Order: sequence, then structure tokens, then C-alpha cells
Amino acid sequence: MAAQEVQPSETIAKLKSESEALKTKLEEERAKLHDVELHQVAEKVEPLGQFVMKTRRTLKGHGNKVLCMDWCKDKRRIVSSSQDGKVIVWDAFTTNKEHAVTMPCTWVMACAYAPSGCAVACGGLDNKCSVYPLSLDKNENLAAKKKSVAMHTNYLSACSFTNSDMQILTSSGDGTCALWDVESGQLLQSFHGHAADVLCLDLAPSETGNTFVSGGCDKKANVWDMRSGQCIQSFETHESDINSVRYYPSGDAFASGSDDATCRLYDLRADREVAIYSKESIIFGASSVDFSISGRLLFGGYNDYTINVWDVLKGTRVSILFGHENRVSTLRVSPDGTAFCSGSWDHTLRVWA
Amino acid sequence: MERVIVSMQDPDMGIKMRNQRLLITVIPHAMTGRDIVDWLIQKYSITEEEALHTGNFLVKYGYIYPLKEPRNLCLKQDETPYRFQVYIHTIYLARKNIRKQGELIEYEKECYNALHKRINHTWDFVVMQAREQLRASKQRRKSDRIVLECQEQAFWLINRPPVSSIEHNRKSLGRNRIKSSICLESFVKYCEQYQDHDPIMQGCLPSNPWITDDIMYWNMNAEMVPMPTKLRVERWTFSFMELLNDPLGKKELLTYLEKEFSAENLLFWQACEEVRHGEASKIFLAPGASRWVNIDSKTMEKTLQGIKHPHRFVMDDAQMHIYFLMKKDSYPRYLKSELYKNLLARAVVPQETKKSVFPFMRRQRHSSPSPALVTQTAEDNGKAQPNTGKTNTGTAAQI
Repeated sequence: MAAQEVQPSETIAKLKSESEALKTKLEEERAKLHDVELHQVAEKVEPLGQFVMKTRRTLKGHGNKVLCMDWCKDKRRIVSSSQDGKVIVWDAFTTNKEHAVTMPCTWVMACAYAPSGCAVACGGLDNKCSVYPLSLDKNENLAAKKKSVAMHTNYLSACSFTNSDMQILTSSGDGTCALWDVESGQLLQSFHGHAADVLCLDLAPSETGNTFVSGGCDKKANVWDMRSGQCIQSFETHESDINSVRYYPSGDAFASGSDDATCRLYDLRADREVAIYSKESIIFGASSVDFSISGRLLFGGYNDYTINVWDVLKGTRVSILFGHENRVSTLRVSPDGTAFCSGSWDHTLRVWA
Repeated sequence: MERVIVSMQDPDMGIKMRNQRLLITVIPHAMTGRDIVDWLIQKYSITEEEALHTGNFLVKYGYIYPLKEPRNLCLKQDETPYRFQVYIHTIYLARKNIRKQGELIEYEKECYNALHKRINHTWDFVVMQAREQLRASKQRRKSDRIVLECQEQAFWLINRPPVSSIEHNRKSLGRNRIKSSICLESFVKYCEQYQDHDPIMQGCLPSNPWITDDIMYWNMNAEMVPMPTKLRVERWTFSFMELLNDPLGKKELLTYLEKEFSAENLLFWQACEEVRHGEASKIFLAPGASRWVNIDSKTMEKTLQGIKHPHRFVMDDAQMHIYFLMKKDSYPRYLKSELYKNLLARAVVPQETKKSVFPFMRRQRHSSPSPALVTQTAEDNGKAQPNTGKTNTGTAAQI
């Protein structure tokens, strides 16, 4: 008797239906413990009053689209990178430029300030992440001291130092994230699981400091264990690319901004999405999000040139900020929460307070 | 954007189309710029500024086109007449066809021909619109054009079916979850607790440097100050992590532990941090060592095993053990100690500095020494110098 031959299409169909069944069961399990909505719990909280924030500094100097920025721990310096390959370090308070590096590639999509304040990391279409020590000797060519740390097989979308200057976490268009030792350039751990480009990442502010979250073009946000390389949690409720992820200050949740024009809040202990920040009048994607110090406010930079400020607990929009003349591509709150900085395709950065 | 346009065209709740006057001609079935703005304000409960902003995008992207000046693609909030672009996707194809003769892919070609048959009577109009948009787009910067093209192309691309991960979903089913009510309540509590520490929400004393140009706030909260602010000292009570994250808090804790002859735990923890993030640590674990660390035998064994074959995480278990020990024991005792209570009583509450009343009397914005300079000087001097954040003028190199 001839053995029955299983058609490949049958196997795929079978796997697909099994996967769908599992997904449904997972949603059911998650829903069982969902006994209340965030805005219901927040009903007893006092509503926020009139909200006034203005541009307090405008940083001009980039010759093309600003793609990324990061704050220094000294709460006033920032590093920014742009499409024309320039990386600039500013004292945002005085608006003075302190350092400038020209990368050998265009589209520097990622940059980060080292915790010590003595170096910056950046990368983009060169598929690499390089570290530049910041020297104050005007005669010294910063580019000469550059150290190549990370190597991906596609563009670098985001990078971040861990607790010290010694390790860097990167995400890439090649669908992976990776942890690198800066001194040796050695790959310490790689993280596989996204089905498409990874666009963003953020490190958890937890006591044990061992996890991070990433977001990608596969609409998924994944939480990773840095030691084992395993994906420990995954959320797939967005309807389009996730451009930005940021942890809530307590580390128990994170927010995401997506091309589907919504920002969402995911609770890690309840293991589900708990809030959607959206409005019918907001039709452009959110490129970048960050929380205020208390986590009560969520700032979102959007592709329609605006910044929307959301009440995280009540789910309502508190304010809309105009000013940029092109897409807002990057947004970060300062380390002491006194201000936030936004970078835009209009070549400028703005500090708001 | 499509969603908004569909709502606008709704026969009941959409914009009312009328005959609009254009010089001496009467144009049927059109709407004014003012109609559009008013409708947006009403439908989405937004301000006039926001409605104008959004409306402009609808015109720029070609969903609505002006009848008076077809080349000027912007929304005017007056009697200027506009119409909906019915054949937007057809126009995209026509544009592509005009620009790159014969470059439509098979699928697009089929659609193009089918559409041509169906709307034969308005074909000239479609081609004319396509030409207009091409002309207008030539004036836009190349990068913007590319972005728009990509967005439109996406409409014609066939989506790939998502790849599912069965193993992952199986694992996720087994995880422990916490009730929403408990989780969400914790967010409310956290926001409440930190509200006074959120400068954007509550302001900060003496003033926000970005608003008043006065850096007193940064000076008073520098890493090592002779007397910290009350808010800062209070924050150490929020969690053990808050105390350890503040160098001044860590120093105070060490002082307290030294008084109790139990400083080794904190010193060990600090050494572990250094192993984790860089420098090698000294061994505190040998039982006969001059400084003992109290961890249980199981953790001790595991650590000693790891040290034989060192790896990055060799100290992790021991470090975590010590961390939680301090959190449970030393931390609460420190908060109840005289040392802490005295510090809290003496801590400063800054006086408010108001923004200068006269705008032309703007305060001088002082620069501060770059962190890179501080480290360089320290290396030159051979000893570490704390960054006091004093006001200095012109020490940073300027470009």
C-alpha cells in the first residue's frame, strides 16, 4: 500500500489554522483577566488643566532632514543626526554647536549619547554602528578616532548604550537586534523573531536591567531577555509599522507609535494592550513617542508636522503643538523631564517646555 | 485619509454640495473652502487651526482639487470652490503611464484599461488632472515626491500573508498574567506619586531653566551638592532603585551602613555593577576574605562555579541576592534612621524665580563644562573630579 503523500499546501493550511486557533485561545486567556478599562480606573483622577508648551529653543544647522536625536545625561546637551550624513553635538541650552562629524554614508537614522557624556554612537545606511569619542581639541579630527562596533546586513534603525559606555544595543532593517561589546566589537547576543525590519528599541528601566522592547514593520512589539536572547512577550495589535517604542517610567508598560496613526499602551504584567491614543482627525502616522517623568503625559511626533500630547490615564488628547514645517521624525524627553526635544524633516530641532 | 474623504461625501452627514459661482459661470456640485473647514471642525471637534492644517493635506495629496486655480494646491478658508477627486487612483496610474510609457506592471495595465473602458466619457478629464499633478509635483522636492509615490504604490501592491509562529503562541498561553484592575491601578498610583516631580506637569523650583534661562535648578540638583532639595530626598522613599540611582543617595546609604558595620553588601553590589558593565571586580566571596558578604550557600556555590569558567553573568545571581537583601533589610532601616530624618529636615525648598518681566532683559545663557572636558581634565590630573555644575562661561569649545 503506497504511503499517502501530504501536499505541501495542505501542511501550510493545517499549520495556519493551528496558528489561528492558538492565537484565538491566547486572546481569550488574556481577556479573562481584563476586568476593567484604564479610563474607568482613571475616572477618579483629576483632569489636567490648560496646557501651555512653547518652543524655547530652535537648533538650526543641519543641512537636511533630522532623523534622530538623544539627550546627554547632563540634561542640556544633545546629539542629532541627519540625512546628509552629519552628526552634531549641541549644548541645547545655549544653542551652540560643540562637535560635528561627517559620516561616510547618508541617512544616519540612529544616534545615541554615551552615559558618560564622552562619546556618541551613530549609524544608518552603512549598516554599521560606530562610536566617536568626543574630544575638545579643535585640531583633532573626530572621524579619525572612530570605532566600528556593530555590523548588520541591512540599515541600522536604532541604537542605544546600556547602563555604561561599554555595551550597545542595535536594531536593523535586517530584522534583528543585537548587543555588542564596544571595546572589542564582539557580538554578545543577537535577537531573532521579527518577520521584517526592526525600526525601534528601548531599554527597560527595571531593577534587574535585563530586558528591552523592539518594534518593527511586521506590526509586532517584542520584549526580549538580554541574557538568553529569547523573546519573552509579543504584542500584535497595531495595523501598520511600529515606528517608536518607549517604556513607561515604572517599567511595567510601554507605549508605541505607528503608521496606523495611533499610539498604544501595553501592560507587561497583564500581558495586553490597555489603551489606544487616537482621534478620527489624526490621519498621519506617529513617528516617535516619549513619556513625561511621571508617565502621566505621552508626547507623540507625527508625520503631519504636529506633536500631540496625550493624557496617558484618561486616554484623551491634552494639546496639539504646531511649529515644525515638515514631518516630526524624532522626539525625546530630557533626563530630568524639564523639557522635550523634537527633530524634523524641516532640518531643525526644537526644545519645548 | 480615505476614511475622512468618504465621510465628507456621505449624503446625510457629509458636506453639502451646491452650485458655486466662478466669475460668471455657475459650477454645479461643488463646495467652498469655508465649507470644508467648518465641516472638519464640527465632525472631529477640533480647532480652526487644526482643521485648516488637515484640510491642506487633503488638497496637497489630490483628494480635493480647487476649481479656480488648479495649479495652487492649498486650502483657502473662503468662498473658493473645490471638488472631490473621484478618480484619484486612476489618475495615479495615468500619471505613471505618462511619465514612463509602458512601465505599468501587468496588474496595473489591466486595471488601467478596465478603468478606461468604464469612465471613457471623463477620460480626457482624468488625463488632464494627471498632467496637472505631474506639473505640480515637479515643483516639490524630490524626496517628498518619492514618499508620495511610495504611499500610492502601496495601494497597488498585494499584501503578503503574515507568517505565524505557533511555538511562541503556545508558550504565551502558559504565562502568568495579572488582573487588569491591579495593573492599571498601579499606573494611577505611580502618576500620582511622581506628579510633583514632573517639571512639565507641575513646574519646578526655583524655575524651569528652559523657560527663564536661569540654571539655578540644575545647580541645586547637581550630582554632589552640600545640601540637596527636599523633593530629591523625598524621592528616595519611593523605591530602593531611586535611592541607588542617585549618587548622593548611594553615598548617604553607605555612610549609614558603615555606622552599622554592614557596608560590604553595598560595596559588593557596586563591584558587581562594574563587572557587568566593564571593569573586573575583586573577589569578596572567599569565606576567609577580610570582608564577608552574606549570601546563601546555594548562590555561593553557583557563583564559585561560574568564577571557574568566567562569563559575563558570573556575578548576576550573587548580585541579585545582595540587591534584594538590601532592599528588604538595609533600605527600610535607613529610611527610619536619624541620619535620613535629619537630612530630610535640613533639605532645601528653593524659592521661586519668576521669568523676567521685560523681554528685552533676557538673562545671559551660561554655558557649562562639557562632560568630555571634565573627564579629560580628571585623566590629566590623575584623580576623579565630581561635576559640580558651577556656572562657568565660555569653557566649551565653540564651532
